[in-house]
Amino acid sequence: MAIDTKKCVGCSDCVVACQTENNVPEGFCRDWVTESVSGTYPQVEIELRSERCNHCEDAPCVRCCPTGASQIVDGGIVIVEHDECIGCGACIESCPYDARYVHPEGYVDKCTFCLHRVTEGLQPACVSVCPTKCMYFGDIDDPNSEISNMLKTRKQKTLAPEAGTNPHIFYLI
Amino acid sequence: MRTNRRQFIKISALGVGGLAAVASTTSLGGSLLGIFDSSDPGRDIDFKRTATYCEVCFWKCAAWINVDKEGNIVKIIGNDDDPHCNGRLCPRGTGGVGMYNDTDRLKTPLIRVKGVNGAEDSFREASWKEALDLIASKMKDIKQKYGAESFALLKHGSSGSHFEHLFKAYGSDTIGEPAYAQCRGPREQGFSSTFGSWVGSPEPTDIRDTKCLVLIGSHIGENMHNTQVQELAEAIDKDVTIITVDPRLSTVASKSQHWLAIKPSTDIALLLAWMHVIIYDELYDEKYIKKYTYGFDELKEHVKNYTPEWAYGITTIEPSVIRKTARKMADAAPAVIIHPGRHVTWYGDDTQRERAMAILNGLLGSWGKRGGFYLKEKVKIPKYPHPAYPHPKWGWEEIGEEYPLAQMGLTNEIIRASIPEENTKHKVKAWFVSGTNLPKSIPDTKNLEKALDSIEFLAVCDTMPMDVTGYADVVLPECTYLERYDKLRSATNREPSIALRAPAIKPKYNSKPSWWMAKKLGERLGLEAYFEYKDYSEVIDWQLRKLGSSLKEMKRLGVKKFNRTSGPLYIANGEDYEFATNTGKVELYSTELAELGFDPMPKYTAHPEPEQNFYRLIYGRAPMHTFSRTSNNPNLSALKDENKVWVNPKVAKLWSLKNDQEIYLKNQDGVVTTFPIKVRITERIRWDSIYMVHGFGNANKKLSRSYGKGANDTEMITNVMIDPIMGGTGMRGNFVTFITDLKSIVS
Repeated sequence: MAIDTKKCVGCSDCVVACQTENNVPEGFCRDWVTESVSGTYPQVEIELRSERCNHCEDAPCVRCCPTGASQIVDGGIVIVEHDECIGCGACIESCPYDARYVHPEGYVDKCTFCLHRVTEGLQPACVSVCPTKCMYFGDIDDPNSEISNMLKTRKQKTLAPEAGTNPHIFYLI
Repeated sequence: MRTNRRQFIKISALGVGGLAAVASTTSLGGSLLGIFDSSDPGRDIDFKRTATYCEVCFWKCAAWINVDKEGNIVKIIGNDDDPHCNGRLCPRGTGGVGMYNDTDRLKTPLIRVKGVNGAEDSFREASWKEALDLIASKMKDIKQKYGAESFALLKHGSSGSHFEHLFKAYGSDTIGEPAYAQCRGPREQGFSSTFGSWVGSPEPTDIRDTKCLVLIGSHIGENMHNTQVQELAEAIDKDVTIITVDPRLSTVASKSQHWLAIKPSTDIALLLAWMHVIIYDELYDEKYIKKYTYGFDELKEHVKNYTPEWAYGITTIEPSVIRKTARKMADAAPAVIIHPGRHVTWYGDDTQRERAMAILNGLLGSWGKRGGFYLKEKVKIPKYPHPAYPHPKWGWEEIGEEYPLAQMGLTNEIIRASIPEENTKHKVKAWFVSGTNLPKSIPDTKNLEKALDSIEFLAVCDTMPMDVTGYADVVLPECTYLERYDKLRSATNREPSIALRAPAIKPKYNSKPSWWMAKKLGERLGLEAYFEYKDYSEVIDWQLRKLGSSLKEMKRLGVKKFNRTSGPLYIANGEDYEFATNTGKVELYSTELAELGFDPMPKYTAHPEPEQNFYRLIYGRAPMHTFSRTSNNPNLSALKDENKVWVNPKVAKLWSLKNDQEIYLKNQDGVVTTFPIKVRITERIRWDSIYMVHGFGNANKKLSRSYGKGANDTEMITNVMIDPIMGGTGMRGNFVTFITDLKSIVS
């Protein structure tokens, strides 16, 4: 997924859409919006970022999961199999992005890139509602996909690259 | 907070019997109207889709309500065919489901019970029959004693239009909505005096094709006006130049090539200097000016001395920046937009500031041009037959007659006419309030409370126990937009379209749609002839058939587009085109204003500045909230449940403030916020101003998520500067200081 920070206005529609799409309980979220401010008045800049699980290629949450509930499915999406999760929280500790939470029903929950939608050929809910169309979701292994083209032409960064997890959320800057 | 006749009731103060009744009414909620044809849960195709348009704000995006088999509203998705949203709702629209699910909703009619022996007033639960009987008897009573004109309707949104019909049939045209004099009135007048046309809603700004967008205090992206935000993003993709004039680094200012961090209240000086540069550097299209405009020579003379150097001392914007940005606009012309903004009642000379913005658009030739302002069009909805309305002896026009160009009811003047000590020709004795939370939409709370104390009767219709309901004699619980029919939506756009709002689900609790309330009140008042239908769907179907559609078709489509009949979207180069002004031209010199004795061309007037240790109060919007309406919405309050006061780090140092420290604000008249507010120290705001998001600091305990969270900016607005042209209430001339010792405030 690539997110264009030049277009994002931080409205948090992605957060609400995720909540209603995935029935996220009140008080929790699978995605969220951050704002960083730099500079001194009046030379100030802000960056707004819609953040979520980075679906890392080398995912520490998957490595540390004692039951195998945290796993990478075909296509690279990191999921938690709710039935297999014992709610120990090891994955929450290991995640450099603080992307997971314990669902009131006892299992760990997080962004699935809306796997249930993606497998039907739909976009994740957050991408499909975004009024600014600042999010791009697709196959980065396909050199001709929209997202691959975006990543070829735009300056970008990932969050916490020092964690070495090979994250799959790219911020266009 | 108040001890007078109309004692403020926190809706939680119910009698014992009332509470028991609430529990029994909850079981009525949520049964589903339709049937399903699939047994596989969890997929979109298994949801029943109902067409609606959103009511969380005034943009009215068309959407599909998705209901699952158990009868729960699962999600609301934008209608792909809708020009207001293009299939993408904003967070408030997506979170509209929270309005339905909010357990703090008004559940059943309430009637005020006077406290005896010094006890507080309270509400008791009532049946619809009791509540409507009481309102109808008061309407008859007021009509008999003072005339129907003395019963005012203060309204906003879709429900207000049903009561407007009732009130007109009853004989009162004393109708006002804060959307005019507390919001967009000045821009409608400023642009109308220049181009002969209101801006209207949605604004006909051709943002998607513009090359240069100029925003004067308008914070698109924080005001989540859906199409504007969508087109802004599209324009950013096409490398638009954005020039934002704002004392605060708004979200859109951060996306602008030029952020002009202006000293507040000096915008007109900047606008005049821009005109000076465009005229004296000859950056305008001479042929266009000759053919389409009136008063160029007068304007040229008028702005002669308004040089960028002159403006620098006033605005703090450097002359080179003023010149550079003027050139950017001229380079882009006519694909340039000096955006009219929306909430523009700031300093009392707002019509003139909007005139200055309109004149700049006129000089740059952007009206009726691609990338400027397109020529809007809407579908005219046929009127469902009813007898002619009676002619009231007086109404909103007479109440606002001091302001010659007031084009709609002035809520503030209706409020003034409700106060016996005020010297007004006409007196208002009772109010019906629908869909507007007056303590948050009307400045000068003391004056509002004086009026509330004086009126003989107040009925309030809302979905939520907003602050205004606490003053009511009768509270009518309206069901949300997801549970009702309303008028067809017809709004100006590039392509005319209509949208349907149909109920997805039965009204929860004992709530009712406002069309039903208006009809039932009408029947009690002997006005049956104005409500000749059993269900509002009959009205809609009749209108749709006249338009060549039907309710059945619209339930399937949600939105229907029509061909334009008024001509092309843009004025062709050199085309003969008559503007609807006195001269038929774009009036750089306004003959209308001159005739009425107002300045025909805008002048800069210096406004008061904060004294030492005081800071100008600037307020605005957050993208996930609409006024105070959404502050208790479970989905949206989860995103933002309080406002904070933005303070520049230099100021924070002076006061030794820390982030998230709670403080009270006190204004120039000694008014202190009811609740404390947390500090946000940020470089995004000037040192002479503070900023807060509007709509927080709710005083009603029944709003369990939002009660007491953050502070109410409106109660700090006690200095109101009235626009002499159209009666708007300028609200940005208020200054606050900080009270850091919380113990000093006795709550």
